[in-house]
Amino acid sequence: MDGLNIPLNHILLVSTLLFSIGMLGLMIRRNIIFILMSLEVMLNAAALAFVAAGAHWGQPDGQVIFLLILSVAAAEVAVGLGLVLQVQRRFKTLDMDDANRMRG
Amino acid sequence: MAEMIWLVPLLPLLSSVLLMLGSASFPRLLIAVLGVGSVASAALLTMSIGMDFLADPQPFQMTLWTWMQVGNFSPGIAFYFDGLTLVMMSVITGVGFLIHLFSTEFMEQDSSYARYFAYLNMFVAAMLVLVMADNLLLLYLGWEGVGVCSYLLVGFWYQNSANGQAARKAFVVTRIGDTAMALGLFLLFTELGTLNIQGLVGAANQQWQVGDTLPLIACLLLLGGAVGKSAQLPLHTWLPDAMAGPTPVSALIHAATMVTAGVYLIARTHGLFLLAPTAMMVVAVIGLATSLMAAFTALMQSDIKRILAYSTISQIGYMFLALGVGAWAAGIFHLMTHAFFKALLFLGSGAIIHYLHHEHNIFKMGGLRSKMPVTFWSFMIGSAALAALPMTSGFFSKDQILLQAYQLPGAGPWLWLGGLLGALLTAVYSFRLVFVVFFGEAKTQTEGDTGWRMAVPLVVLCTLSLIGGYFVIPLDQVFPASSGDHPAHWVEYVSISVPLVGVLLAYLIFHSGQLNVDRLVNSSIGQSLRQFWHSGWGIDWLYDVLLVRPYYQLSRLMKGEPVDAFYSLVVALNQTFNHWLAESQTGRMRWYVASMVAGLILLLTMALQISLEAG
Repeated sequence: MDGLNIPLNHILLVSTLLFSIGMLGLMIRRNIIFILMSLEVMLNAAALAFVAAGAHWGQPDGQVIFLLILSVAAAEVAVGLGLVLQVQRRFKTLDMDDANRMRG
Repeated sequence: MAEMIWLVPLLPLLSSVLLMLGSASFPRLLIAVLGVGSVASAALLTMSIGMDFLADPQPFQMTLWTWMQVGNFSPGIAFYFDGLTLVMMSVITGVGFLIHLFSTEFMEQDSSYARYFAYLNMFVAAMLVLVMADNLLLLYLGWEGVGVCSYLLVGFWYQNSANGQAARKAFVVTRIGDTAMALGLFLLFTELGTLNIQGLVGAANQQWQVGDTLPLIACLLLLGGAVGKSAQLPLHTWLPDAMAGPTPVSALIHAATMVTAGVYLIARTHGLFLLAPTAMMVVAVIGLATSLMAAFTALMQSDIKRILAYSTISQIGYMFLALGVGAWAAGIFHLMTHAFFKALLFLGSGAIIHYLHHEHNIFKMGGLRSKMPVTFWSFMIGSAALAALPMTSGFFSKDQILLQAYQLPGAGPWLWLGGLLGALLTAVYSFRLVFVVFFGEAKTQTEGDTGWRMAVPLVVLCTLSLIGGYFVIPLDQVFPASSGDHPAHWVEYVSISVPLVGVLLAYLIFHSGQLNVDRLVNSSIGQSLRQFWHSGWGIDWLYDVLLVRPYYQLSRLMKGEPVDAFYSLVVALNQTFNHWLAESQTGRMRWYVASMVAGLILLLTMALQISLEAG
């Protein structure tokens, strides 16, 4: 394989960075749409790591898992957006702290 | 006539039940007729049965029905009748009748007239069952029955909580003795296989030798029951407090009949006690010690009923002394005469209390001689008999006891000397009572002397107290004959003269004042002795410190349930943790995520650490 030869470590670093950004978003955003987006970022970070690993060892497994993650993400978005619509209808807000009905 | 014997306890029992059921609707006259009439007819029946028996003295046994049947144990509702039973039944129904008659006037103003007679009749019935029973189990039924009636009657005026306290004390203290007695019955049954008294004594004489350990234990356990019921050391403390009941009750239950049940029990089972000479010695020593202790205490009391109560304890001590030295007939004889004169004294004091507006303190009385002549003569005669002045009934019985005690080989003369000291004290305290209450100057107003229903029992009991000593009681077949020989004459002369000296002392100290004991009493030793004797030798205090207060403290401790504390601790810990964790369930997702991340980082760090160390 010619062309760009990026070392595995660099890709893993980017993947970790992406994962951390997603996780941070999960922790600090209150809007449910942003929470869903953060989840997508985290899924993609994991997928990136799989693809990179598969390329490194010349195995197809990484790409297989990538396809799996892609479909999981698609399903998740479909269900998640449906929930978002319900939340919006029921609580008239997308702020998850305002939608909290627990009196703990 | 003899086959009618079951009617004797049944009549008072029936009347008691009637009074309990219909008490609200009965007029007073009917209550009195029922209450007194039932005991009177029981007394008449006893008399006619007694006449038949005296003409042809054959003991007989009568089984009404089998009480229960468990394996080879089948106690019957069965009566045994012999000379001893006759004496006891006569005392119970005779003296009981007089006291019932007295009560009709004494309790006239009381609102619980019917309840009083119901209890009193039930007591008579239970006491009759006690003395007529042919087996120890039925005897125990009567024994507990009189205990319950005693409790009910001591606490008769239950609105005053002190009376309830006294009733509970009487019940609990006698229960200690009763437990010992129940153990004794168990032991006798397992060893001898029967509780029938006659069969028991026969079997014991076949199986056991004189001086064996088993009869000793059995006798000591029976003695425990007797000591509790008859208020002897160390279980005597309930009797002075039991004076909280109405005075006729004190006369009937706590002087004439129930407290002598212990004496009866020992006399009835004398065949066992003869197998255990040590137990008999214990009986004698307990009797003598109690009689001296109580006599000293009676000397210091100022409550007229407490004086009589301690005097009762002291006189029963004499009966125990008699039983202990083997003078069975003399003990029962003293039981009978004591029932006469102590009932007389109690009824006399009841009359005084009744007409002096419930005054109990003898030092607030005085000069009652001319105002209440009937009562005065009752007290004179009763005290004379109590002090055993010559020719009164008490003289004959006490003299017999002292002389037979003297003849006991070994410790006899010492027991005799102790008994003499007791007799001296008895004379002093009984005539102290007479001189303080009836002589000197009047300190209170009275409402006149007794009515006829009070006077008749007093007069009859006066007569009995005077001539009772000449009665011949048919006990020859019941007890082994005592040795016929008499001790030296000087012993008899001393026994006769000691009470006279006592009366003289009482006269000099409490009436003429020629013998001034103030200096002696007011010295520091005199004061502390006085205090000591007044408190009944501090035995109540001792029990309070040793038993009552530790028990209260223990129960106060247990009130907080310390054993449960460990389990409640577990519960409390769980609840605390539960609260902490519930606090974290806020519903805020971001917090959940943050804590998950924190946990993840922690776990990863640990895993890294471990792999680094391993690597």
